[in-house]
Amino acid sequence: MMMNETITINSIMRSRLKRRRRFILVTSVLALLSFALCCAMLMLGNTIYPVRDVIGVLLGEQVKGATFTVGTLRLPRMIAGVFAGFAFGVGGYIFQTMLRNPLANPNVIGITTGSSAAAVFCIIVLHASNTVVSIASVIGGLVTVLVIYGLSKGSSFSIGRLILIGIGLQAMLNAVISYLMLIGKESDIPTAIRWLSGSLNGAKMETLSPLVLTVVLLTPIILYFGKRLEMLELGEQAATSLGVDTNKTRLVLIITSVLIIALATATTGPIAFVAFLAGPIAKKLVGVGFSNIIPAGLIGVILVLASDLIGQFAFETRYPVGVITGILGAPYLIYLLIRINRKGDL
Amino acid sequence: MNNVSVTEKKQLNIPRNFIRVLVPLLLLLGVCILASLAFGSRMIGWGELLDGLFHPEVQSHEANVVRQRIVRTVFSLMCGAALGVAGALMQSVTRNPIADPSILGVNTGASLFVVCGIAFLNISSADQYIWLAIAGAMLTAIFVFGIGSMGSGGATPLKLVLAGAATSAILSSLVVAVMIPRSNVMDQFRFWQVGSVGAGNWDSIITFVPFLVVGILIAIFTGPALNALALGDEVATGLGVKTGTIRLVAALGGVLLCGAATALAGPIGFIGLLSTHVIRLLIGPDLRYIIPMSALSGAIILTVSDVLGRLIGSPGELEVGIVTAFVGAPILILITMKAKIRAL
Repeated sequence: MMMNETITINSIMRSRLKRRRRFILVTSVLALLSFALCCAMLMLGNTIYPVRDVIGVLLGEQVKGATFTVGTLRLPRMIAGVFAGFAFGVGGYIFQTMLRNPLANPNVIGITTGSSAAAVFCIIVLHASNTVVSIASVIGGLVTVLVIYGLSKGSSFSIGRLILIGIGLQAMLNAVISYLMLIGKESDIPTAIRWLSGSLNGAKMETLSPLVLTVVLLTPIILYFGKRLEMLELGEQAATSLGVDTNKTRLVLIITSVLIIALATATTGPIAFVAFLAGPIAKKLVGVGFSNIIPAGLIGVILVLASDLIGQFAFETRYPVGVITGILGAPYLIYLLIRINRKGDL
Repeated sequence: MNNVSVTEKKQLNIPRNFIRVLVPLLLLLGVCILASLAFGSRMIGWGELLDGLFHPEVQSHEANVVRQRIVRTVFSLMCGAALGVAGALMQSVTRNPIADPSILGVNTGASLFVVCGIAFLNISSADQYIWLAIAGAMLTAIFVFGIGSMGSGGATPLKLVLAGAATSAILSSLVVAVMIPRSNVMDQFRFWQVGSVGAGNWDSIITFVPFLVVGILIAIFTGPALNALALGDEVATGLGVKTGTIRLVAALGGVLLCGAATALAGPIGFIGLLSTHVIRLLIGPDLRYIIPMSALSGAIILTVSDVLGRLIGSPGELEVGIVTAFVGAPILILITMKAKIRAL
């Protein structure tokens, strides 16, 4: 009897160790890949600069030509891609895990549309400054979440109802965006099309600080509460009996992830499907049982940077990153829908 | 002789308050038409309205405005009727209370095909749009319904809506991808995409007529069989209905109607959802009556929305697609909130 128990404990310990190793391995590979893509973002373009020049520019040296191209054009683009990708990946993962449904991500239930609508309103109607746009997009996202949650609570809560209500709300918000785009000036349209599908074009250093600051400040909080998310995954009662304040955890996680998603949306527009794809891919690579927040964020970074590179260089015309992620993500989304329907989870 | 007509009446089983609903709706329709002719950024008085309608010799500015609004009004009535019937057909084919071309992503499919037509085939006339839009609508409908009806339980509202939303997202990425390198297409498409009946002219009305007639005839003829279908496939088969064929024909009618309307007016959402639900609430579930009444209510709702859009957006106009989204989406949310969870 005793023997058996030790064996089970041993095997549990061993498999846990194995999982931890796998987690570390996957995370470092993802980190390396992200880093390589960052370098590619800085080096590639109409003129290809060698690593030496790029490092020189980053260290503040004056390199002829490279200072402008790399420092003013490519660096902000890269930073916007990294932080927006990370934010979408993390935020999407949190939502999917919390609502225990891969389809319940900020894109599908309309949170990004809420942020977009608020941001477009500020740009086209109020001609507001960047700070105002950022704040408005956060408020837009939060209000959308509150409304969806409030409406779907009713007599009994169900994820299905929440998703349907989100889709309804999204239709209204999309109507607002189309209307704003129609009354907008012709010159605003290229900016506004960014709100149809995300883009890293026109990222400028001075507009990035809200996104960067929020992601840097909130990621530790999300990680801390994310640990409890694992327990939430076990189910409400189990989590409570493990001493997790489920309501508080949920509230903190919703607010923080909406914050980073909304700011990312305000900076780059809604980059399609990144929030949706990152979580499931991370789960597949790492396996269940470990908090996949960081891997999901890194996968977000990789998706955005790689798609942006494809969009910039693979075709004659430059496509914004959102179009590429939309098209790349489509087959996976369809596959996921088919699988979920087969399993009958909905 | 007398006997026969009595039994026939019994079979027809006219809903209790059919007349009580029909008469006010017809009155409402009349009011709508008058409002659509008279209201806009320039208000027209009675005298000028009558001049414009019945005295072709009067050439005042107001009279000409009224004459231009006639086209718009006829066009919006037709589009509304088409979308209303399309909604009724799709809801009964999918046996799903929230089936509507816009929710199922069928509109976006039509959009994609139209954009490709503008971009690659240099198409600019309405009768060419129509076939492309119908083809796009049909392929999307098949695709979405295929995915949504997989697995146990068949096509539940939630599965269908998610499949529709996902497909819609993918298709709009493609639309943007086609559009971005071509700024001229972007400008043409930007206005089409919102959905407006303002662009209608006699040509588009004439192009529209055959589609409208065929679609509505299909709807009327499949009505009784669709009633049987509502009882479940087994019962319907027992009653001698070929369920597969009927579904196919009815779906074809729905796609024809909404594809043609979308091609000419742009994607206008929620009309099918709204009109059918209102009618079902008023006269009950008999499709033989729901179908023609949905045409009526669809025409009313679209025309009212158009008038509202003109009044709110004055001196310009608020495109009708935006107005219907604002009226329709809350209704979708209400239906969802009221529905039992098991039904989702």
